[in-house]
Amino acid sequence: MLIYLRKRILSSALPLVVVIVGVFALARLTGNPANLYLPLNATEQMRADFTARMGLDRPLLVQMADYFGGVFRLDFGESLRTGESAAAMALRAFPATLQLAATTMVLAIILAVIVGCWAALKPNGVADRVSSFVSMAAASIPDFWLAIVGIWIFAITLGWLPTSGVVGSEAWILPIATLLLRPFGVLVQIVRGAMVSALSEPYIKLARSKGAGDIRVVTHHALRNAAAPALTVAGDLTVGLVNGAVVVETIFGWPGIGKLMIDSILQRDFAVLQAAVLLTAVAIFVLNIIIDLGYALLDARVRPATVKA
Amino acid sequence: MATPLVQPGHQPPTSDAVSESSALPGLEPPAAEAAEKKMGLFRLLLRDKFATAAALVLVLVGLTAAFGPALMGDLATKQNLLFANKAPFTLANGWEYFLGSDSLGRSVLARLVVATRTTVAVALPAVAIALVIGSLWGVWAGYHRGLRETVSMRIADVIMSFPSLLLAVVVLYVFNPSIANIVLILAITRIPIYLRTARAESAELQSRTFVDAARTFGARPNAIIGRHVVPIVMPTLLTLATLEFCYVMLAESSLSFLGIGIQPPDVSWGLMVSQGRQYLQTAWWLSIFPGLAIVLTTIAANMLAAWLRIATDPAQRWRLALPRRRMIARIPAKTIEGDK
Repeated sequence: MLIYLRKRILSSALPLVVVIVGVFALARLTGNPANLYLPLNATEQMRADFTARMGLDRPLLVQMADYFGGVFRLDFGESLRTGESAAAMALRAFPATLQLAATTMVLAIILAVIVGCWAALKPNGVADRVSSFVSMAAASIPDFWLAIVGIWIFAITLGWLPTSGVVGSEAWILPIATLLLRPFGVLVQIVRGAMVSALSEPYIKLARSKGAGDIRVVTHHALRNAAAPALTVAGDLTVGLVNGAVVVETIFGWPGIGKLMIDSILQRDFAVLQAAVLLTAVAIFVLNIIIDLGYALLDARVRPATVKA
Repeated sequence: MATPLVQPGHQPPTSDAVSESSALPGLEPPAAEAAEKKMGLFRLLLRDKFATAAALVLVLVGLTAAFGPALMGDLATKQNLLFANKAPFTLANGWEYFLGSDSLGRSVLARLVVATRTTVAVALPAVAIALVIGSLWGVWAGYHRGLRETVSMRIADVIMSFPSLLLAVVVLYVFNPSIANIVLILAITRIPIYLRTARAESAELQSRTFVDAARTFGARPNAIIGRHVVPIVMPTLLTLATLEFCYVMLAESSLSFLGIGIQPPDVSWGLMVSQGRQYLQTAWWLSIFPGLAIVLTTIAANMLAAWLRIATDPAQRWRLALPRRRMIARIPAKTIEGDK
């Protein structure tokens, strides 16, 4: 188990490092912030001073070594714009995104399990149709357009919900509904497929012959075995959720990490961008480890197979 | 090897059997046979009304992208303040304002048509580049296994483990968001999808008897890959590419929506949604129609992909040849999750 875990951590850490280095290098290429932060009539001397003060005149590798040294001391540098600690800014934005993403994921999983199980029990029934409709919609509807349609109908025409902001529980409805579509649409098909195959297994026949009802068969016998594939996909979906969060946070003015990243790119705020990206990458890394652990705990067959691979 | 229209109940030939027969030396599938196979596919398509409708929508989009801008002339850029913010669905203002007009009095219909070309011009090359590079790379990695496979898969993991939109956001801000750059970044972020699929298929194929046979006859790896592995992997990858077309289109729209994709005065569907957003209160049609265009196209591509998946699978194609249509329409939805 420990070998398995170590192997997974190592293989997930590589992308993490590459992402950090890549973003660091790319962010440097976005142009010299001196052009953005100093007035247009600034002299060459002022520009050079600014560059030197920010440490941007040193070789890239030195800057990077310095940066990584800072990361290990949990020092991510300061925002060029506000002078505030970049780590503090990223950490302040992170909970907003985390709340949004976690609520969405939990809702998506619960809904997908209910609708997916129901659809598997009654093929071609109501739930089955709902599930195929939602998954088709999830693959076809752009999330920003869904958000705009939502605003148009519920905020502008009906006036039930606010168009943006985070105040009050109504403000959560549209962002979560927008984010929910994709994970729900994908998960419900996975759960349904896994349940259909789990329900055709001999142990289900045995459970039924012992007199177990539909609900008991699903919750006690089939679901545990059907959960593994859903869990794997849930990891990929969470990565995708960050994509959605950028769009949704921009539309609804949600003060989360996605909005912070877009803003910091537009303002050429290297330190904040790196802190935000790093935080996201670490969060995805931790999540992958948790999912792998859950996967191994859920399905004993996985462990030796994964170690071999 | 004619199109196998196997009767239901009869065990249809597996991909195994088909591939092995086509791999026999000296029996290269002649062009005539390929044409016959295509005709078979076309006839199968006409039997499924959903797939036919989806294909028609895609053909329409393609034709619009190819010839629409020429037909519209300068209508898309012509401003006419007398006709600003006209509501859609009325011919009172002339046919060009049937889908309404924006705050500068430009025809939404004409702008949609012009945007179709930009949208397709980004999505098609991006899909094509990712398909070619990803598949060849994946087939190569899967065929050789070992270190080449491991390194390739690690690279794929790295790209996949990071939200693609963020990657695109960063890259497009560094390099200015021209159409070529958007195509390139979308292609790069989607290569791993083909890479993984092609690798898995090719790793499985390279241990098959017919590949062994080709190897024994002294065929070189590249020849085996090109002649024996690629043709078998191709249908799967083409189906995947149809699905990916949706994804790439949605990604381009998202980027344009965020302001780092297509830049004005060019116009794409995503950009139109974004530009119409501020007029949501007064002119809803500016955002809603381009979004509908995106949704219609992606739904059509999704449905066609679901059909292609079955039609190009020799083990399942007989389902489409079943006489009853209701049966046919129901099958695609079921096979999709079976694959996942």
